[in-house]
Amino acid sequence: MLKIENLHAEVDGKPILRGINLTVPAGEVHAIMGPNGSGKSTLAYLIAGRPGYTVTQGSITYNDKDLLALSPEDRAGEGVFLAFQYPVEIPGVNNVYMLKAAMNGLRKYRGLGEMSAVEFLNLVKTKTKEIGLKDGLLNRPVNQGFSGGEKKRNEVFQMSILEPSLGILDETDSGLDIDALKIVADGVTRLRGPARSFVVVTHYQRLLDYIVPDYVHVLAHGQIVKSGTRELALELEARGYDWLSADAA
Amino acid sequence: MATSSSDVRDLLSRKYEAGFYTEIEQDQVPPGLNEAVVRLISAKKQEPEWMLEWRLRAFERWQKMREPKWAHVHYPPINFQALSYYSAPKSNADGPKTLEDVDPKLLETYKKLGIPLEEQKMLAGVAVDVVFDSVSVHTTFKEKLAAAGVIFCSFSEAVREHPELIRKYLGSVVPQGDNYYAALNSAVFSDGSFVYIPKNTRCPMELSTYFRINAMNTGQFERTLVIADSGSYVSYLEGCTAPQRDENQLHAAVVELVALDDATIKYSTVQNWYPGDEEGRGGIYNFVTKRGDCRGRNSKISWTQVETGSAITWKYPSCLLKGENSVGEFYSVAVTHHRQQADTGTKMIHLGRNTRSTIISKGISAGHGQNAYRGLVRIAKSAENARNYTQCDSLLMGNQCGAHTFPYVEVRNATAKVEHEASTSKISEDQLFYLRSRGIGGEDAVNLIVNGFCKEVFKELPMEFAVEAQKLLNITLEGAVG
Repeated sequence: MLKIENLHAEVDGKPILRGINLTVPAGEVHAIMGPNGSGKSTLAYLIAGRPGYTVTQGSITYNDKDLLALSPEDRAGEGVFLAFQYPVEIPGVNNVYMLKAAMNGLRKYRGLGEMSAVEFLNLVKTKTKEIGLKDGLLNRPVNQGFSGGEKKRNEVFQMSILEPSLGILDETDSGLDIDALKIVADGVTRLRGPARSFVVVTHYQRLLDYIVPDYVHVLAHGQIVKSGTRELALELEARGYDWLSADAA
Repeated sequence: MATSSSDVRDLLSRKYEAGFYTEIEQDQVPPGLNEAVVRLISAKKQEPEWMLEWRLRAFERWQKMREPKWAHVHYPPINFQALSYYSAPKSNADGPKTLEDVDPKLLETYKKLGIPLEEQKMLAGVAVDVVFDSVSVHTTFKEKLAAAGVIFCSFSEAVREHPELIRKYLGSVVPQGDNYYAALNSAVFSDGSFVYIPKNTRCPMELSTYFRINAMNTGQFERTLVIADSGSYVSYLEGCTAPQRDENQLHAAVVELVALDDATIKYSTVQNWYPGDEEGRGGIYNFVTKRGDCRGRNSKISWTQVETGSAITWKYPSCLLKGENSVGEFYSVAVTHHRQQADTGTKMIHLGRNTRSTIISKGISAGHGQNAYRGLVRIAKSAENARNYTQCDSLLMGNQCGAHTFPYVEVRNATAKVEHEASTSKISEDQLFYLRSRGIGGEDAVNLIVNGFCKEVFKELPMEFAVEAQKLLNITLEGAVG
């Protein structure tokens, strides 16, 4: 279970989050929506442990572990995975090779031995098909020369290989055409299960047609201003965000 | 948030792993350099008269020369009279014949470095000619090589046993007066390796030498000569580590390669001399002259180097492409961390028709490191249809280091095709975070990025060396991201 309590955070002295409270029990999918600049991506980064943010108050715990005290790699070891909004390119580093290093890093953290090369490659083969990732992309340098859609697909591909217990999707839908969106959403839906939860950050309702959330939260000015079920997302699509922002202010 | 860049820095701080000192009795000449010292060195090595004369001519030249100042490196003046010019482990005086005869302390030293001779013997047929300070103490696989007609021995032995080859080729690629340090080396060189591959012979194993400086204040002056006769092939590996201490030590080696018709020489180096501490105290001055002469038609010389050590590196492994259709290659990874400085590159001198050269240079700067690529591509009038491709990439880690590129291109024949590509990039926090968020630890993440950057060069190294090179690179760059 992910538990965020009264989280305040700033960047370069500028407050971004002003008291976030959020609980995501195992097995649930929570969508975080909100206008640009409301702090959605900051929240995603803070859970994953990106440097550059200062937490001034509050806590993030996952399965009762204090995430804020852990390095990004240790959070990954605890089961956290962030699908990036803008996946970075890493020249010369083979995509599959990186993924194998990640897999073994996670297994080491969990006290498991390395996965055999054969077992790993079989896993890669299966997931490649499921996600519809072009074979050619597997052995290319990480994200280098990938199209926007290919990059997002690669994120979901990595997630399906590493099988985190908490997946955070940071605007994974942006820049995707409808077919790619379906494939990405299918990949996520396939991973859904009683032991796995998701935080889906998105600007648009569209993604939630395919990844149906249990709850929807609206973030504005660094606070959750409204929470509800899937219907809230539909209402937002119809009415926009302004009426909520006005409430918060 | 605790995961700042200083965290990564702390995480990665590790000390030079080969830093230890072996106590062994040294047979050492008092500091200073004059004609008497040159004579003494020659006498200690029981050299013939012609060798002594050659040294003395070089010494005379050296006295009239000035230290080169054009490189992009800075260091206090060297007092050449304060250095000792000869040092040999005393226990070697009687000459160990087998591994059992070698001083156990020496063997222990190599074990610490991870190069146990016992195991090395079995390793993929690698023959090891170990140079401990100045005297070769052990040579393996000699018989197997002898059966193929290959000569692989210490330089001193070659002077005694193969004078006709030494007299013919010594100084024929790097003349005595080529530069200040080459002249110094010619006068006082202590030992080194000699290789001769006979006609139409493929050397049955990779040849390897480990150098190690171990005596205080001893300049080390190695001399290597590799001759590949017509139609032959040889791959030579050279790797070195040095123990930690405070004084700067001078290392001025000379390597000469000669490739005759249809011969190929592949020369690989992993250099890990002591780089000095984080403040720039101590460390080796590595002023090396390496040159290959593609003397014959269709000959090929390929240099691959991974330079991670030394306080200062001044080194330009070069190719003289004289023979028609001859090929020169240079693959380099040079790393500078803390206060290290490197001015390195190559010279491709195209003289023959249809000569081709490739230069791939990867410079990595971290901490306060300064890394300069200096390369010359010269296409002479006689070099009809010459080709060169140069790619020169720099990777910066942190914002206090420097990368510099000095390409010189001289083309005197209109049929030439010369290409030059260059790039400079930085390891970003974003790349690091991306990998760490996947579960890859900070140190491994840096290594992954750096090894990706160096891939094109590492793939040129023989397998076992490639692994060692990656390991070295990882150790060298610890604490580099900030």
